[in-house]
Amino acid sequence: MDTDDTIAAISTPMGNGGIGIVRLSGSRAIEIADTVFRSSKKKRLSQSPSHRILFGHIIDDQSEETIDEVLVSVMKAPNTYTRDDVVEINCHGGAIPLRRILDLLLKKGARLADPGEFTQRAFLNGRIDLAQAEAVMDVIHSLTVQSQKVAMEQLKGGLSGKIDTIRNSLIELTAFVEAHIDFPEEDITPPSLMEMNAMAQNIHQPLKELIESARYGLILREGLKTAIIGRPNVGKSSLLNALLQHDRAIVTDVPGTTRDVIEEYLNIQGLPLKIMDTAGIRAVKNRAEEEGVKRSLRLLDNADLVLLVLDGGKALHKADKELIDRTDSANTIVVINKADLPQKLKPETVSLASVKISAKKETGLDTLENRIAEMALQGRSQLSTDIVTNARHVRALEKAYSSMESFLEGVERKESPEFLSVELRDALDAIGDILGITTPEDILNHIFSNFCIGK
Amino acid sequence: MKKNSSFDIIVIGAGHAGCEAALAAARMGFSTAIFTMNLDTIGQMSCNPAIGGLAKSHIVREIDALGGEMAKVTDKAGIQFKVLNKSKGPAVWATRVQADRALYRKYMREALEAQAGLEIRAENIEELLIDAQRIQGVRTTEHVYSARAVVIATGTFLNGLIHIGLENYPAGRVDEPPSINLPKSLARIGFKIGRLKTGTPPRIARDSIDFSVMEKQEGDMPPPPLSMFTHEITNPQYPCYITYTNGLTHKIIEENLTHSPLYSGVITGIGPRYCPSIEDKIVKFKDKARHQIFLEPEGIESDEYYANGISTSLPRDVQIRMVNSIQGLEHAVINKPGYAIEYDFVYPTQLKPTLETKMIEGLYLAGQINGTSGYEEAAAQGLAAGVNAALKLKKAPPLILARHEAYTAVLIDDLITKGTSEPYRMFTSRAEYRLLLRQDNADLRLMEKGYHLGLINRTQYNSFSRRRTDIQKELARLRSTRVKPAAVNSVLKRLKCSPVREAVLLEQLLKRPELNYGHVAELSPPESRLSDDVIRQVEIQTKYEGYIRRQAEQAEKFQKIEEKIIPQHFDYTTINGLSREIVEKLNEVRPLNLGQAGRIPGVTPAAISLLMVAVAKQKRM
Repeated sequence: MDTDDTIAAISTPMGNGGIGIVRLSGSRAIEIADTVFRSSKKKRLSQSPSHRILFGHIIDDQSEETIDEVLVSVMKAPNTYTRDDVVEINCHGGAIPLRRILDLLLKKGARLADPGEFTQRAFLNGRIDLAQAEAVMDVIHSLTVQSQKVAMEQLKGGLSGKIDTIRNSLIELTAFVEAHIDFPEEDITPPSLMEMNAMAQNIHQPLKELIESARYGLILREGLKTAIIGRPNVGKSSLLNALLQHDRAIVTDVPGTTRDVIEEYLNIQGLPLKIMDTAGIRAVKNRAEEEGVKRSLRLLDNADLVLLVLDGGKALHKADKELIDRTDSANTIVVINKADLPQKLKPETVSLASVKISAKKETGLDTLENRIAEMALQGRSQLSTDIVTNARHVRALEKAYSSMESFLEGVERKESPEFLSVELRDALDAIGDILGITTPEDILNHIFSNFCIGK
Repeated sequence: MKKNSSFDIIVIGAGHAGCEAALAAARMGFSTAIFTMNLDTIGQMSCNPAIGGLAKSHIVREIDALGGEMAKVTDKAGIQFKVLNKSKGPAVWATRVQADRALYRKYMREALEAQAGLEIRAENIEELLIDAQRIQGVRTTEHVYSARAVVIATGTFLNGLIHIGLENYPAGRVDEPPSINLPKSLARIGFKIGRLKTGTPPRIARDSIDFSVMEKQEGDMPPPPLSMFTHEITNPQYPCYITYTNGLTHKIIEENLTHSPLYSGVITGIGPRYCPSIEDKIVKFKDKARHQIFLEPEGIESDEYYANGISTSLPRDVQIRMVNSIQGLEHAVINKPGYAIEYDFVYPTQLKPTLETKMIEGLYLAGQINGTSGYEEAAAQGLAAGVNAALKLKKAPPLILARHEAYTAVLIDDLITKGTSEPYRMFTSRAEYRLLLRQDNADLRLMEKGYHLGLINRTQYNSFSRRRTDIQKELARLRSTRVKPAAVNSVLKRLKCSPVREAVLLEQLLKRPELNYGHVAELSPPESRLSDDVIRQVEIQTKYEGYIRRQAEQAEKFQKIEEKIIPQHFDYTTINGLSREIVEKLNEVRPLNLGQAGRIPGVTPAAISLLMVAVAKQKRM
């Protein structure tokens, strides 16, 4: 429990609210926020007077991607809720921008706040008077109970088993490395680089999978962003309608959004697909060729899944070819529509995997859905329950993962075991945080039960 | 001469804990008496004749830096010195010393006898005298002595019970009677007492051993001393020998397990897992074809070897057959059989971080009575108890070290916070900040404190201060001096390293694995010649700077939580939201600060959050 570092959290209820706030508090709050915020007037938050609101964007400086349009309030100590410097980032609601902004801040050096920690700091810094102290503790207590409950639920099933397995492998590896530090004179063979490497891979790989599952889990909850693209009149709209009808998909009004950006969701074998730019798909037909292609290309960048629709009744057009070239085979399915008409398009001229359907006659839709599910699950056999969803767990796994990377690098450099152990212990601490367990005894237990130690 | 019957501080027991406690108390200016049942066993090494090894030599160095005696006596009694783990980094180098048992006793006794203000008494303690939850003195078989503080350091003597085969008899060590009435006195006060077990291997007659078929292990030359105050080791040096058990040995043991008190249910005390008996090794590690035996010389004049690795409580005749089945020991004669010993210990969570008992003011416990094992662990506690008893009488703040400062602190904090269920031994893996707690920097970590306690004298301190300044100056010079590529590259070329293009800091050069301080000094010599100690320290601190800094940063964070003090009589029951188990644990340990509270098994981070607010609230009231 460090009371000096800078903490961050989403401070509005999760869900698809119209607006969301990510809050930062601590001595580095302004500095950290400055690393991700670009003011429209090119002003730095550190130069802004206190209690001002600035307009601008949150940018991921690695990918140069704009995450959201935001209003940022800068409040300098001591006249703030916590009496530390506080920055609040107001963004468009919805879990995704909130989570991405929070993730970015954590990457830049903030620590994810514990439940009730802002209130706790407010109290510790003398902001809240004594009479309110009980209330503060109630808040911390109830938030803790609540978040523990949520975390426990999220850890149920296969997930906690997986994390436990990782932890056990880590303890085994640490014990393996440690035994030769504390017992150099015992009759035990030191681990070879190969052995250490192999054992580490058994930790590294599952960690990676869990972290990926977290990213994937987010996609799953928010819907796989799906672009239906193609030249005008190839049947994009009829494909959408056919799929909607076929699955009796729920068409939702997302609260807080306006009518013209209504998003439509398809439910394909349990996978939510969020159809991008439904307005564009349903726009008046017979538009200019060029405009259709432009629209398609615009969608490509942000899509998780692309359905590229071609007209089977016509030979491959130059514009079709251009679209095929611009798509990524890993997330694109070519849908050759109008199978009910005499076929002029030769499937072999399409370099990507394709599915033949007729939107009009509703044929080939099952095959298409299977293909979509296959691609979306990325080789996962089914929607498993072991998906990490808790942000704190994800952070911990990422920490453990990066420690394992350092460990493997250290093994490569032939570092002495006491240095390698530093990385393993960091990884163990991170995993221990998820399960709420501390470690040194476990390592010793493992050493004593696996190596015959003792003169 | 009339016998004194009133002391400031009384120490019960003259083993490794007792000696350090008594010396520290007397050196800090208090009239002190040390009580032993037998003047001939002062400083007795009751287990193997060796001091140091991993984490243990680290502790001995700490004792040394705090003005204790163990390192100095070991150097005088040492007959083999060896640095272990040389192939690894300096944080886990450790010196192990084979010591002459008789010489160790002799030099420790001389140190006690030479100490002004310290009286040695050979009397049995029968009872602790207590009034109003405060220690008043002790009653021996002959007299009553008053004292303002008492340190109990009785080792395995409390209700000691020796087992050889299925026979057992009360004893503190072999041929020494146990203490029967003192444990009764402790129990009457209300201390929670548990039972532990440890064991020793047989001692073998030297001229009955065939060393020619064994592996010989020599020490380092010249022998590296343990104490920073020792200049040279003058004793003749002796080798150890290594041999192994075999299938026949294992068969003999297996066939006789029913005669082992360990496997027939006679022994109930819990033994250490890191020092199992040979019976345990064979039962628990069936797949292992052989177990190592380390034959350690008992001393220069001694005709005995200590067969480390086959600690046993099998009957004597089985021990003989077992030993004779081992290569090189076919004709070995057992002088003294191995034995297991069970003894009482006081659950250490009943102690404060000063090793004073929570229940009785002025009563301190140190060593095996607290559930530890090992001479070094005992000595460190003895020193801490002696110092803190003296500080208490001075009404000065106590000496409580932090976990990132010393293994001694890790030891005491573990004991009083987590307790122990088996004999507790120190391992480097118990320390979170292992890379900071090196045996090479014990002086830098602790000698300043030793000086302020009055345990390090002015001359010693001045020499330390100069060393410390030299190190800092040289590190600063390395960080600010650049050398031109031409000069550097001639050295790098000679070492077959990749050349540099631009001027480079000396520090950067020294960080290269291929280069040592000698190369750097060749390129740019320091103003005046530096001592080997200084050079070694500069090298270590530069080469491992990255890791050291990382741990130092973690330690700094750690320290901030340690500084959040919990008021002494804090009422945990008033905190809404703490579970009853957690309140009970907090009440049992009564942690000094939030950091310690967080280390109590079962106390959750959420509980610490609540505690933090509750403590802040009380402070503002």
